[in-house]
Amino acid sequence: MRLGRAGGEVKAVQKIRLIARLDVKDHNLVKGIQYEGLRKLGDPHDFALRYYEQGIDELLYLDTVASLYGRNNLSDILARTSADVFIPVTAGGGVRSAADAEALLRAGADKVAVNTAAIARPALITEIARAFGSQCMVLSVQAKRRDAQNPAAGWEAYCDNGREHTGLDVLDWVCRAQALGAGEILLTSVDCEGVGKGMDIPLYEAVCARADVPVIAAGGAGCAADVAGAARAGASAAAVGSLLHYGRATVAGLKEELAQMGVEVRR
Amino acid sequence: MRTVTVINYGRSNLLSVRRALEHCGAAVRLAQTPAELAGAEKLVLPGVGAFADGMAGLEAAGLVEPIRAMARRGVPLLGICLGMQMLLEESDESDTGAPCPGLGLIPGRVQAIPARDTAGAKLPVPNIGWRPLAPAGGRADFSGTPFSSVQPGDEFYFVHGYSAHPARLQDALATAAYGGHNLCAAVWHGSILGTQFHPEKSAAPGLALVQAFVDL
Repeated sequence: MRLGRAGGEVKAVQKIRLIARLDVKDHNLVKGIQYEGLRKLGDPHDFALRYYEQGIDELLYLDTVASLYGRNNLSDILARTSADVFIPVTAGGGVRSAADAEALLRAGADKVAVNTAAIARPALITEIARAFGSQCMVLSVQAKRRDAQNPAAGWEAYCDNGREHTGLDVLDWVCRAQALGAGEILLTSVDCEGVGKGMDIPLYEAVCARADVPVIAAGGAGCAADVAGAARAGASAAAVGSLLHYGRATVAGLKEELAQMGVEVRR
Repeated sequence: MRTVTVINYGRSNLLSVRRALEHCGAAVRLAQTPAELAGAEKLVLPGVGAFADGMAGLEAAGLVEPIRAMARRGVPLLGICLGMQMLLEESDESDTGAPCPGLGLIPGRVQAIPARDTAGAKLPVPNIGWRPLAPAGGRADFSGTPFSSVQPGDEFYFVHGYSAHPARLQDALATAAYGGHNLCAAVWHGSILGTQFHPEKSAAPGLALVQAFVDL
């Protein structure tokens, strides 16, 4: 195992999990740019099955409009996925209560991602962790730079798909959430999301130095080198969307490139 | 059709386990009560979450003694994740500070995964991800074991914050390294098998293990 340095703390560079992120609106896979301007791409299950057959390590379904409308449409898709895709699945979007989490778990999700409702009521993190285990409770954090040019100014947590700012400092929020029972952090850069021009590596370095639980780097992966950068920053996993959906890369091709860069992957 | 009974005590990813068993040709029965458990040909004890909570769920359903009795009679039993950990005698994962007793079918205990790797660097816990298996218990490979389909190095999906420490060397079937620690990945004694990883979530190598259990 190689060692990297992040925020002064020596951290082990983990084998990286490659996660296909599938944003869902109604029954369609969609992809937005910085969460705006959604484009319909097709049946999410078709994409999920294709990535599974290509060797993706995990799936992440996010209902992109659920928290706006206070509902989640993923149950049908999860039920179909659980019949022929045998890898871990995380589901999120509009989870407001332990009962909402339970509905997704019963439909076939292994973990639930929570953002907006946890910010409104942090006790929800503890309720979900107590009821289903902290390994089920993924805190989704949408991080936006306070100063686009200067990562030293820090990041603020956003909710409602990067629309609403919360005033919470991302590092403080992550530390508080893991103490409350979050078992994993899905960390999305609002600035980079869907742009495909690279990831906010200083964000992952800063958060991984403070987090005790695994961090999933998301937002802006445009090539294998971006994912390698996230791994070196201390991320345990990277979520990839557009890169796969638009056929700019295959799962096997990405893993091959990562291995050549010295980043361990599942083969 | 081969029938597998899955113990349903409200703390598991029941649907995923069920789908994997069905994919492998099993007829799945769910058992919530001792009466539903009686007569089962094969048992699966799934489980996610905290140890004390899992044992409390089994106790509340009156399933602790029936599971022990059936396992001791030789009914094949597969424990998955928390379901494997509960096969052991006790766990440090408890709300009271005192160790929480388990089913006691495999001697040994369950302890927290160290938060540092063997080089002293910070290690994220829980351990989440795909890890390669190595044979344990003095074995050179998995031939002649329930893991005969596994090649050393095949990767399986783990998600756990605690790990099992079986007391008898030969009960440890496999280990998987995390941060340099050789964590117990599977236990095996007679007709009792436990996997710390999720075979139902480990793609083709996992389904091969599920198939082997269905075909027993």
